[in-house]
Amino acid sequence: MSAPFAKLPNWAEYGLIPVINLVVAFLISGLVVLFAGENPFKAAYLMVSGAFGSGEGIGYTLYYATNFIFAGLAVAVAFHAGLFNIGVEGQAYVGGIGVAAAALTFDATLPWYLVFVLAVIGGAIMGALWALIPAWLQAYRGSHIVITTIMFNYISYALMLWMLINVYKPLGSMAPQSRTFGPGGEVPKLDWLLAIFGLDNRNSPFNLTFLLALLAAFLVWVLIWRSRLGYEIRTLGFSAGAARYAGIYEKRITIITMLISGGLAGLLAINSIMGDQHRIQQEFVSGAGFVGIAVALMGRSHPIGIVLASILFGMLYQGGAEIAFDMPNISRDMIVVIQGLVILFAGALEHLFRPWVVEAFARARLRSATGTGGA
Amino acid sequence: MSELAIELKGIDKSFGPVHANKNIDLKVRKGTIHGIIGENGAGKSTLMSILYGFYQADKGDIHIGGTKANIKDPSGAIASGIGMVHQHFMLVENFTVLENVMLGAEDSPILNKGIAKARNELKRLEDEYEMEVDPDALIEELPVGIQQRVEILKALFRGAEILILDEPTGVLTPAEADHLFRILGQLKAQGKTVIFITHKLREIMAITDEVSVMRRGEIVATRETAKTSVEELAELMVGRRVLLRVEKGEAKPEGVKLAVRNLTVKDSRGVTMVDNVSFDVRAGEIVGIAGVAGNGQSELLEAISGMRRAVSGSVELNGEDTDATGHRDPAGLRKRGLAHVPEDRHHMGLVLKFEESENSILGYHDDPKYGRAGLLNVDAIRADAQAKIEQYDIRPPNPRLKTANFSGGNQQKIVLAREMERDPIVLIIGQPTRGVDVGAIEFIHRRIIEMRDAGKAILLVSVELDEIRSLADRILVMFAGRVVGERSPETPEGEIGLLMAGVEQKLEAAE
Amino acid sequence: MGNVDLYVSIIQGTIRNSVPLILTALAGLYAERSGVVDIGLEGKLLAAAFAGASAAAFTGSATLGLVAAVLCAVAFSAVHGYASISQRGDQIVSGTALNFIAIGGTVIIGQAWFNMAGRTPSLPPEAKFASDWGLPFNQALAGIPVLGDIYSRILSGHYWLTYFAYALIPITWWILYRTRFGLRLRAVGENPGAVDTAGISVVRLRYQAVLLGGVFVGLAGAFLSMAVSSGFTKGMSAGKGYIALAALVFANWKPKNILFTCLLFGFLDALSIAYQGASIPLIGQIPVQVWTALPYVLTVVLLAGFIGKANPPKAAGTPYVKER
Repeated sequence: MSAPFAKLPNWAEYGLIPVINLVVAFLISGLVVLFAGENPFKAAYLMVSGAFGSGEGIGYTLYYATNFIFAGLAVAVAFHAGLFNIGVEGQAYVGGIGVAAAALTFDATLPWYLVFVLAVIGGAIMGALWALIPAWLQAYRGSHIVITTIMFNYISYALMLWMLINVYKPLGSMAPQSRTFGPGGEVPKLDWLLAIFGLDNRNSPFNLTFLLALLAAFLVWVLIWRSRLGYEIRTLGFSAGAARYAGIYEKRITIITMLISGGLAGLLAINSIMGDQHRIQQEFVSGAGFVGIAVALMGRSHPIGIVLASILFGMLYQGGAEIAFDMPNISRDMIVVIQGLVILFAGALEHLFRPWVVEAFARARLRSATGTGGA
Repeated sequence: MSELAIELKGIDKSFGPVHANKNIDLKVRKGTIHGIIGENGAGKSTLMSILYGFYQADKGDIHIGGTKANIKDPSGAIASGIGMVHQHFMLVENFTVLENVMLGAEDSPILNKGIAKARNELKRLEDEYEMEVDPDALIEELPVGIQQRVEILKALFRGAEILILDEPTGVLTPAEADHLFRILGQLKAQGKTVIFITHKLREIMAITDEVSVMRRGEIVATRETAKTSVEELAELMVGRRVLLRVEKGEAKPEGVKLAVRNLTVKDSRGVTMVDNVSFDVRAGEIVGIAGVAGNGQSELLEAISGMRRAVSGSVELNGEDTDATGHRDPAGLRKRGLAHVPEDRHHMGLVLKFEESENSILGYHDDPKYGRAGLLNVDAIRADAQAKIEQYDIRPPNPRLKTANFSGGNQQKIVLAREMERDPIVLIIGQPTRGVDVGAIEFIHRRIIEMRDAGKAILLVSVELDEIRSLADRILVMFAGRVVGERSPETPEGEIGLLMAGVEQKLEAAE
Repeated sequence: MGNVDLYVSIIQGTIRNSVPLILTALAGLYAERSGVVDIGLEGKLLAAAFAGASAAAFTGSATLGLVAAVLCAVAFSAVHGYASISQRGDQIVSGTALNFIAIGGTVIIGQAWFNMAGRTPSLPPEAKFASDWGLPFNQALAGIPVLGDIYSRILSGHYWLTYFAYALIPITWWILYRTRFGLRLRAVGENPGAVDTAGISVVRLRYQAVLLGGVFVGLAGAFLSMAVSSGFTKGMSAGKGYIALAALVFANWKPKNILFTCLLFGFLDALSIAYQGASIPLIGQIPVQVWTALPYVLTVVLLAGFIGKANPPKAAGTPYVKER
């Protein structure tokens, strides 16, 4: 007895089903909140109002979103080639070396916009370099890129800690961080952008890097869907056999894709280092690389979806900080749980609800067909 | 009137919008070899899958030996005495023959207790049906014909009274196929029932007692084999008179466009698949390579097209060397005028998840007419695709539709349009009509002849001997990686068949 | 004889460190041999450690803690199994998701229950695993030089779970190669179609493998928080789940090799603790971070060098879909 069948329209395929997956992820998150002894509705309300209820809140939300956009783009580019880059976290961390190099070297001598350009180059190069070895190992030795990038994350933590203590830390200081950057190392805030909408940015770190992130999203779209390289990446991702047939070299594309992915990850560092903290310190990535995975899956590896998903997670982060005041039990780790649930439902269980949706559509079509009364 | 081994009543099955089996009634008499013939997509495999418990029919009953059977899964089928030999063998490659035969019938949770008993039973079956196999050999080291025997022994080991064979001769040489038919004869003599599924008319006539013809999900006729003919069956299969041969004029070959010299190619495991092969293809001629699948044809095509490195030898395209043993560059060869219709359109010739227009540039995405400065001009690409759609009557005529949604024949047309419209100098084609319905086959064959008449040099590889004999101007037979003979298409099929089995070569060597 | 003490403590450390690795690697072995890739071992390890420590803290019983740890890991395995087998989802994505859920969930729930910033209360001795199972004739043989030392100080005196873990290796070998279950398990990881057509349920076999693996990871988690430590701390698995995975790959998915690869990683870990801050001639003081990073670097080196010989189960990572 087959179930009634209907081919789903595009809006259901790319809109409804992902939304259902998300709703379920959030429902379960609500259950976790409940289990931890708090009211999920109150938590949700606090979250949304904390994120969007004020200019400062929106500023923070978009600041976090900036990190997630870069991370999501990085993961998505790799996904298109069929590669799972879990190493964005480490690549962003190491990208910080390139950003700090630009800032610490030129912050007194060059204006911010030139330092910014140098930081982009430096961050991208360092991030790409950190992705290079796992990429090369996958291409030439068949080492599973998931395991190697996870290892490189752990190695990056050790490396950066050593750098902070032994390279960046000024003599006589105790904290593992660099000195504060001069004016050349500060990326201006986007107060004026919010002011256009009548909002006051106040103390939020919302800065110009956000616009860079949007630009990057656009460029990724052009790369993947409008360029030759993007065509080759997608071919490889969909069918290694067809890529071989077409003369597309798997090794070459694997490495180029990972370099781009790592480069995007490296740009993430600019947002925190030059846009907010104005120094390089520990934990300036703090999990954004992993959020990128959730964002890429939620956004179906498409830049528009990624930007929207990033704003959603930005809301979770900012709202989450607000919640911590009223609900000390719900710490930032709750975001990690939500992240995991989103990845689960948007990624591994993405077809879970499809049969019900298909059946509903088929029933509706059947009803409307008989309802209009055939000849 | 012998009793019925199997009776299917009103079997109906749909997969979404595809109505694979429509109200099927089938009677298979005990102790007979019953053939089921039909084209690709006629519904044969679905029907057998239902019989073996892979799917449940939407409607209808199965009766085994007169009693209604409720077959919910393969173990139910096995319990009802049904055994199946699949087209793609269901064997664990790195297990031994004994382990494969025992799988599912181990007789005890501790293996050692059941092994001795299994060995004896296996030996008994081998003797009874004259099928010799070494029980401790690893499957991956056995030739295909022997692997198939293991599949049959597996079924018999489980006590099958009814044996279903799904396209069993696709991977066998004519000699191995004959041996198989003898085994089937033995089975029939022992009272077993055999259902034999194939799309090859000749086999039906050779060994079956009765034959049912399937077309578009229905059984359109059942005949006693002795009382029908190849022509009648073919017509029943497609519903109209079929031209088994395509009309073509004389070939007018000119200069050599593809020169293969002493080419030796090894596969990924280091096994020599192409062994010192040399031949020419001229402009305006079709050279057909006949042979059973697995004799090196695939590796030959890959080596010529630049997908695989050769160990030694050379390939010259239009007079220029292609560095066959060095760095391979399929894209570069394309630019020099080589077009390639690959054997496997699903995993090589097309990216099924791409839109049709995206597939129409696969391999040629570097072409300046599709974009400049590293970018792609989507409008130009779609317009180009649209033109090809009209010319090749590709349906549905929508360049934005995902390629997976096109039928086999139309998918193949997408590939052909892409490769042929390049105006190549040399066109190499592998299995052009595999999985393609009869109407599209005619179209494709005609286009290939047209390309020949336009002066292209065409190398055609096919496991369908009829196709080769119909299209080729010269036939080369490949066996075990060598070209064992060259014949004209008028050569009797038996003679070519012997070459395909490597027999003639030995005879020549003995003289 | 200070050096001997040092060596003994390194060996003891090696054995101790290897236990969670062996158990976790075996868990991965069952799953992957059946065709299901399990990146989520890390998360399961962490969650099980938390569950065990919490239950032990609440009830004061080590046994109940052990049961809780196993149940928790099996529950996670069930979700991973459902996503990978029944839903045919991407197995790596599923494993990654579960890792995050475990990382965040253990802290949130731990905070809600104990209010100790993600830790569980320190466990009293009754709620932990006893750490001095003496092998027979332990005392009598202690006097014999060298051999007696080896027997009484190195081989004897471990947690019962340690002996159990080591015993599991030959037991696993036997299961895989001498039982019907093992034959079918190996078959389903190589060619699930062969198993299906033989009338055996692919789905059931894979679930059995994944859930069985869950039991082992649960034991490993309990070992972490209830034997070696006195409770759960945030992120205490510290990548051991991934290292166990690397050990499995390095072992070419064979039980006998798992013994050696896990001992090797355990050895490195013990070395790093013993020599932390010490100087090596010519190089000088080795920074702490080198030791921290060493196991991960070594894993990468191993993955780079030996993949040529790696023979993963053919069907690993691919969901089973009946051909049409």
